[in-house]
Amino acid sequence: MGAINRLELINVTKRFPGVLANDRVSLTVNPGEIHALLGENGAGKSTLVKMIYGIQAPDSGSILWEGKEVRINNPRAARRLGIGMVFQHFSLFEAMDVVENIALGLDGSVSRQALNAEIRGVMDKYGLKLDPRRQIATLSVGERQRIEIVRALLLNPQLLIMDEPTSVLTPQEVDELFKTLRRLASEGVSILYISHKLHEIVALCDRATILRGGKVVGTCDPRQETPRSMGEMMIGSDLRDPARGQMKVEGTVRLSVTNLSLPKPDDFGVALDNVNLDVKGGEIFGIAGVAGNGQNELLEALCGERLSSAADVIKVDRIPVGQFGPTSRREVGLCAVPEERNGHAAIGTFSLADNATLTARTRIGFATQGFIDQDGADAYAAKVIQTFAVKTLGPNSLAASLSGGNLQKFVMGREILQAPSVLVVSQPTWGVDAGSAAFIHQALIDLADKGSAIIVISQDLDELLALCDRLSVINLGRLSVGRPVSEVSVQELGLMMGGSHGGWTTPAMEGDHAAKA
Amino acid sequence: MTITFILDALITVIGITTPILLAATGELIVEKSGVINLGVEGMMLVGAIAGFAVTFETGNPWLGILIAMVSGAVAASIFGVMVLSLGANQVATGLALTIFGIGLSSLIGSNYVGIAIDPLDSPFPDTLALDTFWRIVFGHSPFVYFAVFLVLATGFFLNKTRAGLVLRAVGENDFSAHSIGYPVIRIRYLAIAFGGAAAGIAGADFSLVISPLWAEQMTAGRGWIALALVVFAGWRAGRLLAGSYFFGVLMALELYAKASGFAILPSQFWAAMPYLIAVIVLALLSSRDGKGGKAPACLGKPFIPNG
Amino acid sequence: MRLRLEKRLEPSRKMLILTPVLSVVAIMVLGIIIFDGLGYDGPQAVWELFFTPVLDVYKWRDVATKAAPLIIIALGLSLSNQAKIWNIGAEGQYIVGAIAAAGVAYSTQSVTGFWIIPLMVLAGMLAGAAYAAIPAVLRTRYGVSEVLSSLMLVYVSLQLLSYMITGPWKDPNGHNFPQTAQLTAAQILPHDLLGSGIPPGLLVALLAALIFYIIVSCTVFGFSIRAIGEAPHAARYGGFRSDRIIWATLMISGAMAGLAGVFELMQLSRLNLGYPSGYGFTAIIVSLLGRSHPIGVFIAGLVLAITYVGGQVAQTVVHVPNATAGLFQALLLFAILASDLLVRYRIRLSFKGDIAAKRSVA
Repeated sequence: MGAINRLELINVTKRFPGVLANDRVSLTVNPGEIHALLGENGAGKSTLVKMIYGIQAPDSGSILWEGKEVRINNPRAARRLGIGMVFQHFSLFEAMDVVENIALGLDGSVSRQALNAEIRGVMDKYGLKLDPRRQIATLSVGERQRIEIVRALLLNPQLLIMDEPTSVLTPQEVDELFKTLRRLASEGVSILYISHKLHEIVALCDRATILRGGKVVGTCDPRQETPRSMGEMMIGSDLRDPARGQMKVEGTVRLSVTNLSLPKPDDFGVALDNVNLDVKGGEIFGIAGVAGNGQNELLEALCGERLSSAADVIKVDRIPVGQFGPTSRREVGLCAVPEERNGHAAIGTFSLADNATLTARTRIGFATQGFIDQDGADAYAAKVIQTFAVKTLGPNSLAASLSGGNLQKFVMGREILQAPSVLVVSQPTWGVDAGSAAFIHQALIDLADKGSAIIVISQDLDELLALCDRLSVINLGRLSVGRPVSEVSVQELGLMMGGSHGGWTTPAMEGDHAAKA
Repeated sequence: MTITFILDALITVIGITTPILLAATGELIVEKSGVINLGVEGMMLVGAIAGFAVTFETGNPWLGILIAMVSGAVAASIFGVMVLSLGANQVATGLALTIFGIGLSSLIGSNYVGIAIDPLDSPFPDTLALDTFWRIVFGHSPFVYFAVFLVLATGFFLNKTRAGLVLRAVGENDFSAHSIGYPVIRIRYLAIAFGGAAAGIAGADFSLVISPLWAEQMTAGRGWIALALVVFAGWRAGRLLAGSYFFGVLMALELYAKASGFAILPSQFWAAMPYLIAVIVLALLSSRDGKGGKAPACLGKPFIPNG
Repeated sequence: MRLRLEKRLEPSRKMLILTPVLSVVAIMVLGIIIFDGLGYDGPQAVWELFFTPVLDVYKWRDVATKAAPLIIIALGLSLSNQAKIWNIGAEGQYIVGAIAAAGVAYSTQSVTGFWIIPLMVLAGMLAGAAYAAIPAVLRTRYGVSEVLSSLMLVYVSLQLLSYMITGPWKDPNGHNFPQTAQLTAAQILPHDLLGSGIPPGLLVALLAALIFYIIVSCTVFGFSIRAIGEAPHAARYGGFRSDRIIWATLMISGAMAGLAGVFELMQLSRLNLGYPSGYGFTAIIVSLLGRSHPIGVFIAGLVLAITYVGGQVAQTVVHVPNATAGLFQALLLFAILASDLLVRYRIRLSFKGDIAAKRSVA
């Protein structure tokens, strides 16, 4: 083999209605190479690998495998070639057990015993621990990813595609993953590693192809670059850090949560366990944590979607609101933006004006006596669009017609312009382009500078470290005591996030609830 | 006398249970694939008139059953095209299929009202079923044996075969199944057609055995009971078998109430009973968490692959 | 070459209005083909089915009479549909409403008074709402699908009706027919209210359509119903409680079905075995054909009423079987559901997919 590329893409183009997702993309992957595919959300990375894995078909261009042109019609064909993939949003079946899930990813029938033995073999070889009989619904995110990896490895792949594998892992889990990937590469497996996290790519990859707006804008050796230089290639303009007016004079406590506990909302949810926190006016309080550790439950408990056991569990400006629903809490001044934009923070099939009505009708006052003043709704939506520079035709456009970043700006604007005394946001810049993210960060800082108390729940440590005054970690529904950002290290946060997560961590960390510091 | 009475009653129960067992088994497969087809009643009626008309015209009940099966599957395929290829709402489309089945069967059946045919007999020689006791074993119509076979085979298929695993996977998470390469839409088409075929046979059981004639809406809402049964059974084949016979007993009560007048309550009460019990059991089962069994996670949701 | 679907960024408003019209036209064409295939005079059958009731002034009253219950029930259903609550048991609520009103009539046979009719209306609406409360409580307390429970209750209501007219309320002077006694003059609204020539039921339908229009387009309540239907989680975040909406829409649709039952009882002047006419089911078609919009529902109710009346005309003139109206209604429902695709997608011809499909990996 030697000179032959394992995979080569030549001028691959894919168009969706209204978007050119990939525009004449060319790249090569060598045997045993860890190749990064770097780009912002929406740069076309996922579309590109879906074509390599046969989920989507390119409109034009060619794919060469071991030097020969191939047409990959479906994932089965990809697997036959030796291409394996670990999905960002796992392709697992919650109600089934580990063995069944792995069997579904293999082509052809294998007896359960033979499969068990094979799974054990692969797990021993790469140090991936997993009980094959467990139901997926009971597994942590890190464990789920391990199933995907085992499933891919059972097919002895020549190329392993990893789509944003670390977004759900603690820093320690990430280290373990990298060890496995390096070992695979040393055995000659090529790895196509998709990410927008620059320091990871510097740490792991041999080569990087950078995508912007569906086009290849550069190829580089990450070890020769700094995260900042690659970031500029990825984003296309100079990175700007949010400007924080130094507001060291801390005001009075505007939000206080005392012993908040709530049972699991459903089988897959997380119970909140004695959460305590105080946030002062002018303060941005960050909550870090691995996905699925109670972030959504906490947001719902704060915004009033689920009521607390007693009124004084949650107080806004000393008013007990624990028994208030979302509408009454907004009237008092507590607004929130949940993580999921589509179907939670906004309704895709509704116009922007109707989406304004959804949460701003009482506080802005365009719905009185049960009737909606449509002109008032239109005017408020227009104000949000203008103030937050939302790219759209106007208040009558459907929310679904906006790009992710623009919809997020609208949703953030809708809450911020209500001048809340307390604002709780979750993943404020998830899936948002860098420009919009910077805009949103600045808006949050400005709101804090005006004296509001803000809680930012995020899985992005960089975001939290840049934005927040104090940080805490949520793990299995328990919240650690908040500490000033200057006093915590990433290592420390990682250990706290790991908490009792098994995963890639060493046994010494099991059961380590650093939370109650 | 009492023994004979009980045995006779048992035979009745087994007979009237069979069509709902057949239809429910078909619907079980459909729902396991993540689709809910509320058109069972309509497909049964289409099967009933097709089976009756073909049997009457050709004198061959087996051909009648075959055509009933095919017409049930064809009717189901209309539903399939609507919900799978055109992305129509499953509840509304299933309901449309029922209204369509009622209308179409009445239209075709208007030429067959008032004609009776000989009911289809047991496939075993008469000598095996001379006394009542042996009739319990050998004295039923072929539908009875087929229905029991079908539900057991379905249970085996779902739990022990790879194809069954794939079908369940499609119903559990269609996007995952699609992304690892399973043809979600094609699998659902097959499941829907199977459900239609089973409902068609169930309909033929009505018009060839249970009351060997054609009457408008002769299935009298049994298709809905079959749908409810799938829920009671917690989407499990074994429980489906047991649940069907439980409802068979309830339905038999109406017949006996009418025939013997032993009931203190009016016959309408006994006629309404299976439906009342169905509503009550639905509530009881769902109020006990976990015990009722979980619906396939994608049940009733449309699947539109992107790209 | 193959057809390709392209998702529209926004649903087409033009198609939203155009598709129901196209569906009706498509069904007329299909009708000609089907009737010809069955050996009838296709064009004439379709003419009688769809046009005679419109052109023949003497049929207008029939159409209006049939349209009234359809519109009244469908208005209620259009609310629950918007919340994605499938009350397919409206037929049962309609029957129970009529039974309750007949109960009032039964106990007021020997008295007169202006209060009797309002009492009947109130009883019918309350009974319909109470009957719809059963699926509501099952859904909100136990998570039972309202589809199955509301439908099961239709069969229960049929037995209840059968029992009442053969048992306790059987007309003693009815020659042993299973029916109730005829309503007295004090129990029936004049057929020609206010000298307008319009049946009272249709006036109520018109008034109800106006009220529903205001509810749907201007109120927070109407907004909350749409929000729950489109995105329950977002609606909860917006401060709307889905349990309350489920209750409200089911009770309202039940009450409307009960109301229709009362007017139909007054129209027929007694309960008998022929009373359950399937209006509760046809109203589902009406609400979908009318796009769950009060004005659309009003028009769709008239269209479906035309097929009922036209079905009878076609039966006597062209001798088509009486099941044809039902079959056409089902086909119309199929057509409207299928044509929804045009609202959400654009159809494009594509030539590229073909080439891609031909070559494949080993």
